[in-house]
Amino acid sequence: MAVRSQIAGIASPAALAAALTDAQYIAGEELATAAYLALALGKPLLLEGAPGVGKTEAAKALGAILGRNVIRLQCFEGIDASSALYDWNFAAQMLAIRQAGEDHVNLYSDRFLLERPLLAALRNPATSLLLIDEIDRSDHEFEAFLLEFLSDFTISIPETGTERAVEPPVVVLTSNRTRDLHEALRRRCVYHWIDYPDPGLEADIVMMRASTVARATADAVVASVNIMRQEPLQKPPGIAETVEWAEAATLLHSGGSNWPQAFLRSIGVALKDHDDLTYLGDRLMQILPGEAA
Amino acid sequence: MSTIPAAIRPFLEFASLLRRHGFAISPDLTEDFITAIGLLGPRGIRDVYLSALAVFAIPADRRDEFDALFRGHFEGLTVAAQAESEDDDEMDTLEPTGREVEVESAEDEREAGMEATAAERLGYRVVPAGGDGQALAFLSRHAASDLPRRRSYRRSPSRKGRIVDPRATLRRAIRRDGEILQLRYARPRLRQRRIVLLIDVSGSMSASTPATLSLAHALVHAADRAEAFTLGTRLTRITASLRVSNRMQALVRASSLVSDIDGGTRIGDALNAFLAVPRFAGLARGALVVVLSDGLERGEPDTMVSSVARLARLAWRVDWLSPLATGPGFVPQTEALSLALPYLSAAGDGSSTRGIVSHILNIARAA
Repeated sequence: MAVRSQIAGIASPAALAAALTDAQYIAGEELATAAYLALALGKPLLLEGAPGVGKTEAAKALGAILGRNVIRLQCFEGIDASSALYDWNFAAQMLAIRQAGEDHVNLYSDRFLLERPLLAALRNPATSLLLIDEIDRSDHEFEAFLLEFLSDFTISIPETGTERAVEPPVVVLTSNRTRDLHEALRRRCVYHWIDYPDPGLEADIVMMRASTVARATADAVVASVNIMRQEPLQKPPGIAETVEWAEAATLLHSGGSNWPQAFLRSIGVALKDHDDLTYLGDRLMQILPGEAA
Repeated sequence: MSTIPAAIRPFLEFASLLRRHGFAISPDLTEDFITAIGLLGPRGIRDVYLSALAVFAIPADRRDEFDALFRGHFEGLTVAAQAESEDDDEMDTLEPTGREVEVESAEDEREAGMEATAAERLGYRVVPAGGDGQALAFLSRHAASDLPRRRSYRRSPSRKGRIVDPRATLRRAIRRDGEILQLRYARPRLRQRRIVLLIDVSGSMSASTPATLSLAHALVHAADRAEAFTLGTRLTRITASLRVSNRMQALVRASSLVSDIDGGTRIGDALNAFLAVPRFAGLARGALVVVLSDGLERGEPDTMVSSVARLARLAWRVDWLSPLATGPGFVPQTEALSLALPYLSAAGDGSSTRGIVSHILNIARAA
């Protein structure tokens, strides 16, 4: 295995964290280290965490700083070869047979091959970052197939032959941990568990993402969201919800609502489950950010 | 034999220490770990820590254990035993990994059952195989054809299908000089729906526990996807231990996990614990959930009703089979169960293995 200590001019986790910050993504020390090691060791990076902690965002930011196209494969139960690997363009093949008449036509040439994410990443390993999103939603058969794909980066197409990557592409996998991934898959990857960030860091993220929000509002929203995360809610607010809530409340405030009202009226941006709202009930007013900014 | 450089020996020893504590660490990971430390500098012990965390892929729920081992190994501290929680109101969810996930349950504000105490009664009993052998054999024979199924995203060729299969049609056309004489069809494949069995093992159910656990064993083997949990004062996942094909052995293994057997019943709290662990709740999504319980709830009826309601929204069906049922037109008598009735797809007879088996196998026909 080739070990590269420098990737696209980045030679340490700290440098990677700085580059990610430039790409509008604030990464903690652990994430930066795991991502740096994945790139240096040439292994896939597996990010696990609760929904809404910015796993997909991390992959996109990584793609941006490496100057690579992010090729995203969204997993779901029942995902199959024709949506993950490749498919043949049957309509074009049919037309080609018709037009050819007596001539010879190669129906299984490249012009009839439709690339799907895995094949596309395999063919352009130097310019793409393969993002395999929500791997936990796929079924075990697909996970077993991925295991094979991630170890040799080959795809065999029965009609034409085997495609092989000239170098291992950069791969990021994400999982919401709705089920345990197979131990063998975890072993092939460099792993990082993304947790909800510290309040300070989260306020920084709000400030970076939402330019209209004042610092005091950001701090108040983050404090309130952190209280909500302590409660046994069905869907605790993620980072994206924090940012949107701060933005929505600021918008309502500038439209003339006073602060608690602005937060209360935009609560639907943060809490998206009726049961959660009824569960919090009367206590909601105490949890809401009070006078902010 | 080559000698190991003294500088990397502690790292190799750390890898084998982790292995001894049940972390899955292969030799190539150890190699990557040492490379990673080299890549980071290392500037300090923190770099070693971060490398181990990332390369060894430490799961988030074993982080504390890992931290303790790390400190013990590299900082010469003794590994402190984890303090046992004294709080009796915590609902434990148990998975056979030797670790416990503690999920806090709602505080007991009012006690519904006046005699019930907050203290748990834990017990251990090896459950013998039981139940109607004939009925279990019937289940194994008919599971493949009669268990409820759902449409899969994948397709398979079929004459009766209604979706044109372009790939097969093209292959056919090539044989006939590019002339499409006949379209080939496909239809969505059917897959068996996951079945989640929630088995009450409390004292009031103790007479039927051998039968229900034997049934769980038969179902885990007969079905493509089935999960079994026991409910009492705790929630225990027993699917993995039931995978042993010998029924006696499987029940001995399952019994060793279930620590609340013949104890009290807090179904609501146990169901909440089930729903609070995203991995378990995910198992119920779109699944057939079968609860084998008499519904004699010692905890708060409201807790049980709201958790059944949540479960019903998540699952495809929630069927409650009670041994107290006397016939087909069963109306539950216990307060909690009658309140939960609107959320159930069916409440039926759970008094005999035969009854449970025929209920489960007939769901596909009724639905």
